[in-house]
Amino acid sequence: MQEEKQSNSLTRQILQSISDASLVPFLAIVTAVVLGGIIIAFVGGNPLLAYRGLIEGSFGSTKALSETAVWATPYIFAGLAVALAFKGGLFNIGAEGQLAVGAVFSALIGYALPEWLGFSLPTIIHLPLAIIVGMLMGGLWAGVVGWLKAYTGGHEVINTIMMNYIALNTTSFLLNGVMKDRSPTNVIARTPLIEESSRIPAIFDGLRVHWGFVLALLVAFFIWWLLNKTTLGFEIRTVGLNPDAAQYAGINVKRTIIITMILSGMLAGMAGTIEVTGLNYRHELGFSQGYGFDAIAIALLGKSHPLGIVLASFLFAAMRNGATRMQFLTQMPVDLISMIQALILLFVAADAIVRYIYRIKSKGERVVLTRGWGG
Amino acid sequence: MSESKVVLEAKGITKQFPGVLASDNVNFDLRKGEIHALLGENGAGKSTLMNLIYGLHLPDKGEIFVNGKQIDIHSPNDSIAAGIGMVHQHFMLIPVFTVAENVMLGDETTKNGSLDRNTVAAKITEISKQYGLDVDPNALVGPLPVGIQQRVEIVKTLYRNAEIVILDEPTAVLTPQEAEDLFRIMRDLTARGVSIIFITHKLKEVLAVADRITVMRAGRVINTVKPSETDSAQLANMMVGRQVILTVDKKDHEASGDVLNVENLIVRDQRNLETVHNVSFTVRGGEVLGIAGVQGNGQTELSEALTGLRHPTSGKVTIDGIDLTGKPPRTITEAGLAHIPEDRQRHGLVLSYTIADNMVLCDYYHAPFSSRGVLQPKALDENSRKLIKAFDVRTPSPFVNAGKLSGGNQQKVIVARELSRNNVKLVVANQPTRGLDVGSIEYIHSEIIKMRDRGVAVLLISAELDEIMALSDRIAVMYRGQIVAVVETKKTTREQLGLWMAGAHVETA
Amino acid sequence: MDLKRFGFIALIIIVLFSVVVMVGQTKQTPLLIVTSMLATTIAVATPLTLGALSGVFCERSGVVNIGIEGMMLTSAFFGWLGGIYMFHIFKLPPSVSIVLGVFFAILTGALMALLHAMLSITFKVDQIIGGTVINILAIGLTGFLNRQLFFGATSVFKGSVPSSPGVLPTIHIPITEIFSSACGSSAVCLENIQAINRVFDQKPIALSAIILVFLSHYILFNTRWGLRTRAVGEHPKAADTVGINVSFMRYANVLIGGMFAGLAGAYFTIESVPSFEPLLTNGRGFISLAAMIFGNWTPIGAWAASLVFGASQALLINMQIFRDVIPPQWSFLQESYIVGLTPYILTMFILTGIIGKTTSPAADGVPYEK
Repeated sequence: MQEEKQSNSLTRQILQSISDASLVPFLAIVTAVVLGGIIIAFVGGNPLLAYRGLIEGSFGSTKALSETAVWATPYIFAGLAVALAFKGGLFNIGAEGQLAVGAVFSALIGYALPEWLGFSLPTIIHLPLAIIVGMLMGGLWAGVVGWLKAYTGGHEVINTIMMNYIALNTTSFLLNGVMKDRSPTNVIARTPLIEESSRIPAIFDGLRVHWGFVLALLVAFFIWWLLNKTTLGFEIRTVGLNPDAAQYAGINVKRTIIITMILSGMLAGMAGTIEVTGLNYRHELGFSQGYGFDAIAIALLGKSHPLGIVLASFLFAAMRNGATRMQFLTQMPVDLISMIQALILLFVAADAIVRYIYRIKSKGERVVLTRGWGG
Repeated sequence: MSESKVVLEAKGITKQFPGVLASDNVNFDLRKGEIHALLGENGAGKSTLMNLIYGLHLPDKGEIFVNGKQIDIHSPNDSIAAGIGMVHQHFMLIPVFTVAENVMLGDETTKNGSLDRNTVAAKITEISKQYGLDVDPNALVGPLPVGIQQRVEIVKTLYRNAEIVILDEPTAVLTPQEAEDLFRIMRDLTARGVSIIFITHKLKEVLAVADRITVMRAGRVINTVKPSETDSAQLANMMVGRQVILTVDKKDHEASGDVLNVENLIVRDQRNLETVHNVSFTVRGGEVLGIAGVQGNGQTELSEALTGLRHPTSGKVTIDGIDLTGKPPRTITEAGLAHIPEDRQRHGLVLSYTIADNMVLCDYYHAPFSSRGVLQPKALDENSRKLIKAFDVRTPSPFVNAGKLSGGNQQKVIVARELSRNNVKLVVANQPTRGLDVGSIEYIHSEIIKMRDRGVAVLLISAELDEIMALSDRIAVMYRGQIVAVVETKKTTREQLGLWMAGAHVETA
Repeated sequence: MDLKRFGFIALIIIVLFSVVVMVGQTKQTPLLIVTSMLATTIAVATPLTLGALSGVFCERSGVVNIGIEGMMLTSAFFGWLGGIYMFHIFKLPPSVSIVLGVFFAILTGALMALLHAMLSITFKVDQIIGGTVINILAIGLTGFLNRQLFFGATSVFKGSVPSSPGVLPTIHIPITEIFSSACGSSAVCLENIQAINRVFDQKPIALSAIILVFLSHYILFNTRWGLRTRAVGEHPKAADTVGINVSFMRYANVLIGGMFAGLAGAYFTIESVPSFEPLLTNGRGFISLAAMIFGNWTPIGAWAASLVFGASQALLINMQIFRDVIPPQWSFLQESYIVGLTPYILTMFILTGIIGKTTSPAADGVPYEK
């Protein structure tokens, strides 16, 4: 009897905490949508029509759903990257750069490896290789910053942003130079198409959604398991919550910081890799612009919880996907979506504002990342 | 001598913080030229009351009268204008500013828009001479010794012509001799007409220096008495609400072989200054070695070096013969260390973790708590239930966040975790009862003695001399980073220890 | 600022200048090259200096501000837009429109800063997240409005971007006029004096930036305002106990910081090039933060660090000018992408603290709870 009562109240506790956790993000979205509607009306559009277009374009047909899933895939990976770093007490603003190098180098493996070896490879080797290389490059890109933070105290906010610009310059250099698609009709900075053997197959005929989407969901589950059920996850979280206590607890804080950044970079690298191997079959300069900041918004909206991130990724994917239909119906530019997303982020980050508007009491701790610049 | 003129009166002061009624209809008055002590254990509401009078918080109800006139105090500006000055327990000084800059902050003298440092320095020198509070206006505050910093705080209040001075736990950071100095300054001030409120939890001081004593408990005033009308036992009873045993029950115990051996240890602090100079001592199994000394004499760095939180520059640390110099915390823990850290919220606990998680903070990585990198929730659960019961941690469930516990229960979680480990050979307890209520203090003291009776070596570091004398078999005094004396507790006195703590060299017979 | 740091700054600047001189000496005299580099350095360092000053005021009072980039971007946009509206819609003369544009930019900076202040101080949001929100908001807002206001259905400009009223003029400091008599009839001497004059002929915002550096230094270290600001950033509780209003000091300093960022924004679209492009700030806001950190949160230190970054940018510009005379073994200098890496790698190197440890204000980034 006692056991039953306890498990009932435990279930209730879990449900309560889920509703607590999602109340503010939900209200934040509602508020942003309403504000967005006001802005649309202000610049002369029809808010209801615009939102109808948005919903139709993102969920209104099988094709729409497939496209939304396609958009969600890199968001899930990038969102997980930022969230994992958050859990470790680190702010990875470098998802953009890590994604780009992941994409570029997996594309390289995709189109150049058979050439170098002189023979073609079976998919079962070529594809995983391309993905792993992309992952590792992303991990390296972030790992550098992690090492600098651990051993020199250099703050990861500025260093990851610098690495973003370095990635931008490096990929521009490569894509305009040695990695450029040399086919006669091509003028833009992009790689050649990758070999068939390094492509992720689509799930259904005729739709673009590919198995990378399924992989994204599996990886989300894996990250949840890693963070909450393993000793490594315990170490990452402890360093994130209280590095002094972590040191006292015997955790090697420097090593944990580096591992956290590497894992985070690997996830961001995967975002780029999967886009290349599953969707575009090449890397084009500038295709991934903006993913980095979106990933931050998704991580915050999803409260750094893998399930929240999957949901938030779908929301952002739906917005991006539906925007084209919205533009078709109302002539509202797609930039409006960026505005609404920025507003959502504003309200989620400043959840105190939402709480104030809707008179919700605060529960639980605040995310504290700013401990000054260290050093 | 106290005259009957009332300079400060608080009537019906009530203040509610979330979950805690910090002040419950408090009435308090201060007469001109008196030293009025406000006595109570940690958490009784003394500081809160003074913060309300000083204007750092606003009371929910109640009125404040200065010299018979009711005044509204909304911020420190109002209380300062009314002639009230406060010296806080944790100094309100900015380390990177000079003494003059700290003193003039908020009341700056300017000449043509620029800060007029010279005029301020002159005034400070004048106050220094007048009251015997020697300070150098142009010195940076950060490197100044704690006793001098306290003087700067007092000068700050006099600079603003304070006639009512509140001192919050001023002796917490002073040696017994420096405390005597402070009392002399206090009597000096009252002779000139300044009235003083003196907050403390130390019974002996209160009986020595106060004209009147007001005892507070759980936010209420229990009674106001004169020292001549009462004694320690009665005061302790009023403070806690029950009979308090003022001494620890400790039987003689035969110590066994050396457990902790420290040889020629040199340690540097964050600023790369040598704070532990060539320290050597041993702690034997079954004994408590107490390190006495005012905070800031190297104890923090010493305990950090012993527990792996800081690399010593040179020297040797061994436990049971195993060399652990400069080894990481986990290695030392596995060699038999139990560490009760100085700052429980910073080092000892992760406040957002549950009690269960905190119970395995240092041990999560091995069986039975994890297997091949995967945590075993059942084992964690069982462990925490067992320990909560054994160490009397007051909590509705093991899944409560540690941050929600009281200070005493938080410390019990740490004590439970550390002392229940299987192979404990050495306990390093650094300020283990700081900020705790009397009940928790008694509990932790008894646990420490239990470990000692079991043959474990205990190194106790504490700024509370009474605690050191009550628990230790032998006492080492630390002053400016050196061990200046090692004696058996039975063979020394408080006065002797006080002299050592102040740096005087006492010839032992 | 200690000797080691100044030494490092001087060294880097000398190295950068030397590279340009060595490459370009076949085309121009070294004096010409050095003065031209110096003039460019001072000009392009302007937004970095102002951004760093913005950071100094915010952080000295205890508020971390990584939203400087976003503040610059929005200010650049609204300053430019304001000038256009004044010129085309209100038909004001170009010079008035331009100056009003600068005011709009400063005002925008202050408003964005107000948002950041509210988030950080009143709502106690994590300050790095708050700053990121400002940056994202800036990108979204400027991108959206840039398209809507000119190409949207209700646009008054009917689908084309109107011409800007212009840029701020260069202010001529009459060095040549004063010293030319000392040259007699030597044409080379005259040329040299004119070259040196070019270093001092700067535009208003660039000159203001330098003046503001010294003004800020004075305010921060010699006035009541500065003392209180620093107190609030080091130990807000101590300041509170002597009656200083911590919230007010922080709000005020963040707003001041916002105005500096606003002026920096004005530089981009009103002093440098009279047009707006999405993301035109290109990381300069973040590099300003590195300059602030390297300058140890002092105005003069931050200025010196900004000059280093300015110099690396001047290097890039001059490598394009001297493109055709770059010796073959140094052909990598032709690649703007590679040379363009300099400021970023420099920043990361500086942040390792090898050149010297820096100390941020003790309460930087910590929301004040009573």
